[in-house]
Amino acid sequence: MSKRKIRVLVAKPGLDGHDRGAKVVARALRDAGMEVIYTGLRQTPEMIAEAALQEDVDIVGLSILSGAHMAIIPRILELLKANGQEQVKIFVGGIIPDEDAPRLKEMGVTGVYGPGAPTEKIVNEIRAALEPAA
Amino acid sequence: MELARLLTQVENNTPEGRLSLDELFPHTGKAHLIGVTGAPGTGKSSLVNQIALQYRRPSAASPKRVAIVAVDPTSPFTGGAVLGDRVRMRDLAGDPGVFIRSMASRGSLGGLAQTTAAMVQVLDAAGFEVILIETVGAGQTEVDIARLAHTTLVVESPGLGDEIQAIKAGILEIADILVVNKADLPGVENTERALKGMLGLAHPVEKVFSHHGEAMFLPGSEPVNPSMWVPPILRTIATDGTGVEELMAAIEMHAQHLHQSGDWGRRERTRLEVELEALLTETLVAQFRTGILEARYDEVVDRLVKRTLSPWEAVKELLKREV
Repeated sequence: MSKRKIRVLVAKPGLDGHDRGAKVVARALRDAGMEVIYTGLRQTPEMIAEAALQEDVDIVGLSILSGAHMAIIPRILELLKANGQEQVKIFVGGIIPDEDAPRLKEMGVTGVYGPGAPTEKIVNEIRAALEPAA
Repeated sequence: MELARLLTQVENNTPEGRLSLDELFPHTGKAHLIGVTGAPGTGKSSLVNQIALQYRRPSAASPKRVAIVAVDPTSPFTGGAVLGDRVRMRDLAGDPGVFIRSMASRGSLGGLAQTTAAMVQVLDAAGFEVILIETVGAGQTEVDIARLAHTTLVVESPGLGDEIQAIKAGILEIADILVVNKADLPGVENTERALKGMLGLAHPVEKVFSHHGEAMFLPGSEPVNPSMWVPPILRTIATDGTGVEELMAAIEMHAQHLHQSGDWGRRERTRLEVELEALLTETLVAQFRTGILEARYDEVVDRLVKRTLSPWEAVKELLKREV
């Protein structure tokens, strides 16, 4: 009972309007006992970093289908760091070309999930990524 | 930022969090606490968004710093939660004078979480002048907010029930201001009429909410006192801001009324008493449980299940041996 709850921010940066994936993930994380702060569509990196700060989350999940991930994710990482939240992890889902995944992981992204990724895998990898902290 | 981490400590009720609360407590008691409650989907979050925008209007003489605590329910099965109130508050993003924090109810049933009051204290001490507390989408009995807030808004919207719902006890009774949101929907007149009828039927009496859930009637208040607060009924459309200025005026008037009538102080006292009692209960139970063997506890539960012991006998049994 006193075990610390994992807090996750699920956000949808960029301009495409398809948030089904983000909602499926939010729901799966809820069912895994996490507290999910869902912020909705069309978030700017600044909005996401601000919410991550105020909500003191452990990890941020981004859903990006527009192809802008290589621009958005570094920016969010930069803002998190500027706010003193370098410990906050990021995972991403959506349409991410295979060749980008290693580069994202190099930047510190803990997981990259395409269509059909099993939600248990996402849950387990979030838990593993937060293991030392939680 | 320190504040957000401190809120997490307080929410998780850690020793560090409690220590900080002790230190911060003398600096609390300055903010105007405004509760916003009502059934799910009546537009509480959108309304909170609009109220906060009004407080932050650049044209306001001195924009107030606003904190928002938004509570959403925790799943009773998995302990998880989806906290979605921020979705309606995106207009507030990027304003350093607004701080939004989402909370899961974590099993608490009164529409707030157990540590909401403590979180509010931290924000109060941090210098936020207005603290908006949005409850879980509440049904009929989630009335804890009235014991925490100075001013309680109950948000209704057209199509949710008839006059009988309106005269039931509970959530409508706690309103200092009744808001009929979504006033552009058909049926708004009916909702308004039902609420008016409810207020008209009740012979208004001055009251403060005691911790036992009963109102304490103040001596000599039986005849209708002209200076008494009668909850206004206001129409709003939170998605476009219609009626929100009038709502702000009503909130302001209510705050003045509380100060002039002395109710502000009475509510403070009641709130702190309720909090003390809750903490006492929690601490005593926790203390008691650490002194009792898990196996012994299970054994008593087993006897309950077999019906060889009644719940009251079980309590006696446990208290007798262990304390």
